[in-house]
Amino acid sequence: MDVARREVVPERAPAGGAFTTGPGGGAPAAGRPRRTRRGGGAALPLALLALPVAFFGVFFAYPVAAIVARGLRTDAGRWHFGRLADVLAATDTAQVLWFTVWQAAASTALTLALGLPAAYVFARLDFPGRQLLRAVVTVPFVLPTVVVGSAFLALLGRGGLLEEWAGLRLDTSVWAILLAHVFINYSVVVRTVGGLWAQLDPRQEEAARVLGASRLGAWRRVTLPALAPSVGAAALIVFLFTFTSFGVIQVLGGPRYATLEVEIYRQTAALLDLPTAAVLTLVQFAAVGTLLALHARTVSRRRAALSMVDAASVARRPRGRAQWTLLCGVLTVTALLVLVPLAVLTARSFDGPDGWGLANYRALGEVSGSATFTVPPLDAVGNSLAYAAIATLIALAAGGLAAAALTVRTSGGAAGALVRGFDSLLMLPLGTSAVTVGFGFLIALDEPPLDLRSSWMIVPVAQALVGVPFVIRTMLPVLRAVDVRLREAAAVLGASPLRAWREVDLPLVRRALLVAAGFAFAVSLGEFGATVFIARPDAPTLPVAVARFLGRAGEVNYGQAMAMSTLLMLVCAATLLVLERLRPHSQGEF
Amino acid sequence: MSRMNKHVLRAAAAATTVLALAGGLAACGGQGQSDEAGGKTVTLVTHDSFAVSKPVLKKFTQRTGYTVKVLRGGDAGAAVNQAVLNKGNPQGDVFFGVDNTLLSRALDKGVFAPYKAGGLAHVPAKLQLDRDRHRVTPVDTGEICVNYDRAWFDAHDEKPPRTLEDLTDARYKDLLVTPNAATSSPGLGFLLAAVDEYGAKGWKGYWKKLRANGVEVVDGWEQAYNDRFSGSAGGKGKGDRPLVVSYASSPPAEVLGKKPLPDRAPTGIAERTCFRQTEFAGLLEGARNTEGGKALLDYMLGRTFQEDMPLQMFVEPAREDAELPEVFTKYGGSPKDPAAMDPGVIDAHREEWIDAWTSLVVK
Amino acid sequence: MLRLDGVTAEYEAGRRALDGVDLDVADHETVCVLGPSGSGKSTLLRVVAGLHTPRTGRVVLSGHDQDGVPPHRREVGLMFQDHQLFPQRDVGGNVAFGLRMRGTGRREARTRVAGLLALVGLPGAERRPVAALSGGEQQRVALARALAPRPRLLMLDEPLGQLDRGLRERLVVELSALFRELRTTVLAVTHDQGEAFVLADRVVVMNEGRIAQTGTPLEVWQRPASEFVARFLGFDNVVAATVQGAVADTPWGKLPVEDGTPPGACRLLVRPAGVRLTAPEDGLRCRVEARTFRGGDAASVTLLLRPADGPRLEASCSLREAPANGAEVGAAFDGRDVIRLGAG
Repeated sequence: MDVARREVVPERAPAGGAFTTGPGGGAPAAGRPRRTRRGGGAALPLALLALPVAFFGVFFAYPVAAIVARGLRTDAGRWHFGRLADVLAATDTAQVLWFTVWQAAASTALTLALGLPAAYVFARLDFPGRQLLRAVVTVPFVLPTVVVGSAFLALLGRGGLLEEWAGLRLDTSVWAILLAHVFINYSVVVRTVGGLWAQLDPRQEEAARVLGASRLGAWRRVTLPALAPSVGAAALIVFLFTFTSFGVIQVLGGPRYATLEVEIYRQTAALLDLPTAAVLTLVQFAAVGTLLALHARTVSRRRAALSMVDAASVARRPRGRAQWTLLCGVLTVTALLVLVPLAVLTARSFDGPDGWGLANYRALGEVSGSATFTVPPLDAVGNSLAYAAIATLIALAAGGLAAAALTVRTSGGAAGALVRGFDSLLMLPLGTSAVTVGFGFLIALDEPPLDLRSSWMIVPVAQALVGVPFVIRTMLPVLRAVDVRLREAAAVLGASPLRAWREVDLPLVRRALLVAAGFAFAVSLGEFGATVFIARPDAPTLPVAVARFLGRAGEVNYGQAMAMSTLLMLVCAATLLVLERLRPHSQGEF
Repeated sequence: MSRMNKHVLRAAAAATTVLALAGGLAACGGQGQSDEAGGKTVTLVTHDSFAVSKPVLKKFTQRTGYTVKVLRGGDAGAAVNQAVLNKGNPQGDVFFGVDNTLLSRALDKGVFAPYKAGGLAHVPAKLQLDRDRHRVTPVDTGEICVNYDRAWFDAHDEKPPRTLEDLTDARYKDLLVTPNAATSSPGLGFLLAAVDEYGAKGWKGYWKKLRANGVEVVDGWEQAYNDRFSGSAGGKGKGDRPLVVSYASSPPAEVLGKKPLPDRAPTGIAERTCFRQTEFAGLLEGARNTEGGKALLDYMLGRTFQEDMPLQMFVEPAREDAELPEVFTKYGGSPKDPAAMDPGVIDAHREEWIDAWTSLVVK
Repeated sequence: MLRLDGVTAEYEAGRRALDGVDLDVADHETVCVLGPSGSGKSTLLRVVAGLHTPRTGRVVLSGHDQDGVPPHRREVGLMFQDHQLFPQRDVGGNVAFGLRMRGTGRREARTRVAGLLALVGLPGAERRPVAALSGGEQQRVALARALAPRPRLLMLDEPLGQLDRGLRERLVVELSALFRELRTTVLAVTHDQGEAFVLADRVVVMNEGRIAQTGTPLEVWQRPASEFVARFLGFDNVVAATVQGAVADTPWGKLPVEDGTPPGACRLLVRPAGVRLTAPEDGLRCRVEARTFRGGDAASVTLLLRPADGPRLEASCSLREAPANGAEVGAAFDGRDVIRLGAG
């Protein structure tokens, strides 16, 4: 959904891979008989899906369908599909589509090129500060794009650091966009691929070496094939996020570059040309749908049995010149790409009207001064936390039930296909423009009992839409790994079903649940797109407050925007760091 | 159905109940709000830049008994379009924030119901663009003008430009940055200023010259002002364009919060480059609390609100007799003959002009 | 204690796991269900435990029909094939689990856990994490956990299935002694006849969801009811025959049968112990094709003989008497080890 959200949503994998060891330490994929529910029809999964389906239907499908339908119908209520052909035939559309595709492809390639060595280093080499750094590289993922854009302008733009050091400016070139995309999605590759890499049994590669393979040959023949699916999945996710990029393109692309998403925003919010917006939305749906289908296929393929070990046992201090070089290279790239922009933001937040200091932060606590808000801006922190907490609960309920439904094995048939299809469907909000959803809410949810347009509920609901995919991706592998017979053992020992769930399932999935909650929370915290498009009572969230400050002239406002961004960064980093500690043995894809 | 199925089902049922309750609560909340709407709450729908100080809102409640609930939804354009989509079944009672470039669209779509707010007599006639039917009430006005960085021009011993024509002069080559007319409202205002000055035929020639003179176009006001403009404090002087399209109220905003106050603002405005933007408020068609809405409109045109606005939103009050704060009078420039165009004309040609401008300047 | 009446159950729609099973287990009796994998024996335990709902038939425990009674109210114990110890609890937590579910007081539970761990040979192991246990230790903990709530019926699903052979042989004896000492009613499932014969008062052989034979281990061993049971017990000397009086006509020639064997066409089992080796000219002429040594005190050798006519024949003899591979021998038959098999 959002526009800016997408940028806000990284594929955060506490470590990646749908593969991964089960809670008991054994690889679930390996020979052990998997006794998930025997056949038994699809009644149960369908019942479990009732709530997520209702949630998804009411708060996503219906509003989006409503706004698209509004665009494709004349005022008299007749469909006019002719519009479809007109818009599709327009050269502008082709140009926008072309730019969207190629910048996404280029961003993905660049992210992989820089992210894969980093994935290796974070997975296999042990160095001081590894955990902290892993959390920090994920921060860009949850930063609102206004902030990302601003940081990159400060870095690459006129008078930016790059110009000071090298006399170079990239802000008017596509490079700025690509680098910002790498900045945001770096952690997707590091976490998704690195998470698996950390758990691949190095002895397999050693076995290949013993059998006469060169170091490169062993890597190419043993490690690469094992990693390939996760590399593919990471690539697809990055492609998806950059394909639907909005904020970065807006800030860094200048007027020349527009993605589909930007164009949809322009047509909807600025021009109210709903027909064109509707057609473009459909085009984007088609593209995103294709990507998701590809992603689903990769995910299912990587359920192959892999030889897994405990991640902690694999990392070693770097040895030899090659590893040191690699480590230094990756750390340099990480520093330039991720740390420097974050540092620039932080530095600016301390640069107050009276020189360096905490003036900007102090101003956040006051109502007076420039009085952009009727409440002290610092309250935005509270608002954000409250909204994010509620959004997290909703996402956990909807996503948790969906994950439970997807865990139950169905005997195939239409219902089974429906359940599996729903899996991909729940990812769709990640690929939908926030303005489409926001405006859809306006025209769809306008009648009692669902007149939520001006209710505070609408904000956490919109945020939860984006949190749900993360919850599912995190919970699913863990739920799949819980052996049904453990529950049976508890039942035979006298535990009622609820008690068995509490005694057996809960301890096993608790960490995954916490991780899922943390992701949903962090994503909600950074959510900007939907929150800004939904008319809401005067309780701005952190990203909205940042945007409001940036939208005003004057040093005080700018300084406060930077201070607020820094706060947001800190809250996100803290959440991620806690997650880092909680990483379950069995990890989801994010 | 086995044990596990049953317990999962039970969990599902529990979760459903929780969510249903939450939904119910929300619905009740909505319900409650509509009840209130008939009574003691008046809802103001507006854009993200709206701001008002708390005491002023409190005073309204003391005077009328109505509490104001503020709903903000995106930038000005998005907010207006949301109101258009919701016409007849609005989210609130009063909408504030439709400007003269978007006014026709809102009026044509029937978003507003007529109401003649008290205090209109103190508003200059030139601002009253719906004089005959009073569907909207002018609340504030402001000019979009080229701002210049005094320090830069002092250092280079140059005179800052005054007119649109000056900007095409070689002395000002590569100095101006403007936000995109297609996506930003000051950008559009600057384009309209040129249209007003040079006519429907001549404006393209002017923009061609501007382009030849190195005008830089960026997407939003934020980048233009904060990141490109050398005179903005936010950019810490890192920008290198000493001319920017912004507001006549930007110089006072630069001064605000400075201790002690300087003798003059670090930036100034080119007086003959301005376009007048007037913001209107109106009673929404289908409002639940029309009486409260009317009271709010009256209040917005009253002196208390009008005199609060400048430092809240950096705009000038619509009322002639409202007193401006000192930072405005001391540091604000005074635009000369700002362009003011009929909203109907703007609405009829907006897309055409923007398209032409885009292919002329951007591509 | 336990009675099954015509219990039919399915793995999933259409795939039958149990087919009209009737079974009685008396108090303090140890019954072993024996059968190849897929014969439905695990499902039998799951049905009794209430983890699997039968399509038809009744499960009666202590005189009460268990229809609709959930597993946690059946008061039976079930030891799973791969133990299913709770990974997040330590040994003590696992053993105490059932006691906690029954609301046993903390102190009493602690005493009982300690007692049980001592009983299974793991005294003082309460605080050990289960992940650190060896296979045999896990098995002991699983047993202690199942015993802790004093189930009226203890069920074991392949209790020793995953352990290596030496350990298995030792444990099976310990188990057997333990059950006798505790006088527990036990229903165990195994595919290993050796285990069954040590543990069981009574053996139930299952085939494709049906009970093929019930009896004491000795009865079943001596008189397999059908060719299936015979072959499952490891007897391969099964041939078609026609019995007439005290003689059966077989591909190996005329064989003596026990008195009272009913006449007619049938399948005939010749136990290897009933095949005596003679000089080639004194019996059925065969060549020794292979010799397998089973080991142990019996020091007996199983010979695979290839007669001129008819299928190969297994014979057992002592190690000292075993002829070399390729030697020509004669085979004579003892009528007491020639058994007519039922049709089942």
